[in-house]
Amino acid sequence: MQVEVDVPKCVASGQCVLIAPDVFDQRDEDGIVVLLDDSPPVEQYAAVRESALVCPAAAITVSER
Amino acid sequence: MNRVVVVGASAGGLATAESLRRLGFSGDLTLVGAEASPPYDRPPLSKQILTGELTAAQVELRSAEQLDELALDLRLGVEATGVDLATRRLSTTKGAIGYDALVVATGVRPRSLPGATGASGVHFVRTLDDALGLKESLQPGQRLVVVGAGFIGAETAAVARSLGVEVTMLEPEPVPLARALGEQVGLAFGALHREHGVDLRTEVAVREILNDGSRVTGVRTAEGGVVPADAVVVGIGSVPNVEWLQGSGLSLGDGLLCDEFSRAAPDVYGVGDVARWTNPLFGVSMRIEHRTNAAEQGLAVARNLLEPGAGKPFAPVPYFWSDQYDRKLQAYGYLRDHDEIAVVAGDLRSPSFVAAYRKGEVLTGVVAGNAGPKVLRGWRAAIARQQPWRDVEAGPGQLDARSGGAGAARTGGAQLRTVDRMQRPGVF
Ligand SMILES: Cc1cc2nc3c(=O)[nH]c(=O)nc-3n(C[C@H](O)[C@H](O)[C@H](O)COP(=O)(O)OP(=O)(O)OC[C@H]3O[C@@H](n4cnc5c(N)ncnc54)[C@H](O)[C@@H]3O)c2cc1C
Ligand code: SF4
Repeated sequence: MQVEVDVPKCVASGQCVLIAPDVFDQRDEDGIVVLLDDSPPVEQYAAVRESALVCPAAAITVSER
Repeated sequence: MNRVVVVGASAGGLATAESLRRLGFSGDLTLVGAEASPPYDRPPLSKQILTGELTAAQVELRSAEQLDELALDLRLGVEATGVDLATRRLSTTKGAIGYDALVVATGVRPRSLPGATGASGVHFVRTLDDALGLKESLQPGQRLVVVGAGFIGAETAAVARSLGVEVTMLEPEPVPLARALGEQVGLAFGALHREHGVDLRTEVAVREILNDGSRVTGVRTAEGGVVPADAVVVGIGSVPNVEWLQGSGLSLGDGLLCDEFSRAAPDVYGVGDVARWTNPLFGVSMRIEHRTNAAEQGLAVARNLLEPGAGKPFAPVPYFWSDQYDRKLQAYGYLRDHDEIAVVAGDLRSPSFVAAYRKGEVLTGVVAGNAGPKVLRGWRAAIARQQPWRDVEAGPGQLDARSGGAGAARTGGAQLRTVDRMQRPGVF
């Protein structure tokens, strides 16, 4: 799985960090998403997909490669 | 369960459809949407679309390939017109569709004013076309009248000022945003707009929009005065899109009435702005017009729909944000009908602050300006576990100790100051 974040679209909601804290973090200064792992392990797949689904800015894309 | 039909192809409807596929639903999945364009995101419409930071293509919620992967029967430009619960058939402007389960995600539309149609220069901010049309009107030196100082009006006013537009904002209440955020926070936001050159006039209701036969010329207030304008933005709240369900037997009130599982009837669910459901975390019936709620409720409904026997109550901590000038406002919880607000960090007049909301003896909400993500997460967790208010009153250290280190100590150790004892009944 490949994960990408579109930083300019991120609205700093923190939804992704609540769901998949091992894959996403937020910058301390403005809460903008930080991608910790762009090819996370299998056990993270479900959480990453859920993050992409609920991200209120559609800023997370997941591709199965 | 072989056929699921989702009505409304926006944030809520799309999240439901996506969730159903993610959870393994492989039956027929139909997504019906009145708008002709593929699903797009609305929050940027009063922000980055107006500033030009994002283009129309960038606010599409999913790419064409991502939509294809969902194997949807996507019917855009099609409006649902009614539903027959007994025979499980949805009628639309392009024929009937049978279903085993139905999801209603038809959102809301802006409330209107007399004179709003029939002349150019009058803008709502709900659709992408609305926003693109408004963007054209935001030229330096033009006079914009914003009717209503709610979030959409206030965000639009902020962008307009940054583009050199002359802005007058008219608000019928004495304090802008008071019903949503409380008087003190609302006052601070009013002051912020004035500092940025907005002519904010409170206790001014607009009766009608005026035009010269082709273009808008201004608005007439309830008291009879005229405020001239080159363009007008109407931001006076919204109405849930439920008329098409009238006579179906579903309970309608302010929205589609649902239980704590977001269920309106057996195998019929509500999602997003249109749905009023009982949130067990706060024990109140709520209808929330927030972007994250639409997606989270879509996910929850997909789960409950596929396994009705094992349904879980939908009990989120509501969240929204709003961008105005250099401030990012973020809020968690249920702020309406609060009994008290306490500023627990910073100062409402500065860009950075945290205000906590009490209902009864419990912390029910938090509003923060430009707060760091860790601070916010701590507060969200405290709301989710229904932190007693005495811990908030005892100061950040106390709250932090109880929350296992994730709480308010990171607000910079500011002292708690109770600035707003809102115990006057009838104010909210
Ligand atoms: C300008 C603007 C700024 C916003 N900013 C923020 C923000 O900063 N933060 C935040 O949290 N939230 C914000 N929101 C709110 C957020 O966008 C909504 O909560 C979200 O769009 C709700 O999604 P929804 O799918 O429930 O409804 P909607 O997005 O309203 O979608 C409903 C869809 O259903 C369609 N429809 C209606 N009736 C029918 C019918 N009979 N048949 C078929 N289709 C139908 C509509 O055409 C529409 O496409 C903003 C909203 C707007 C308009
Ligand atoms: S969920 Fe989306 S918008 Fe929110 S912080 Fe993560 S990437 Fe940003």
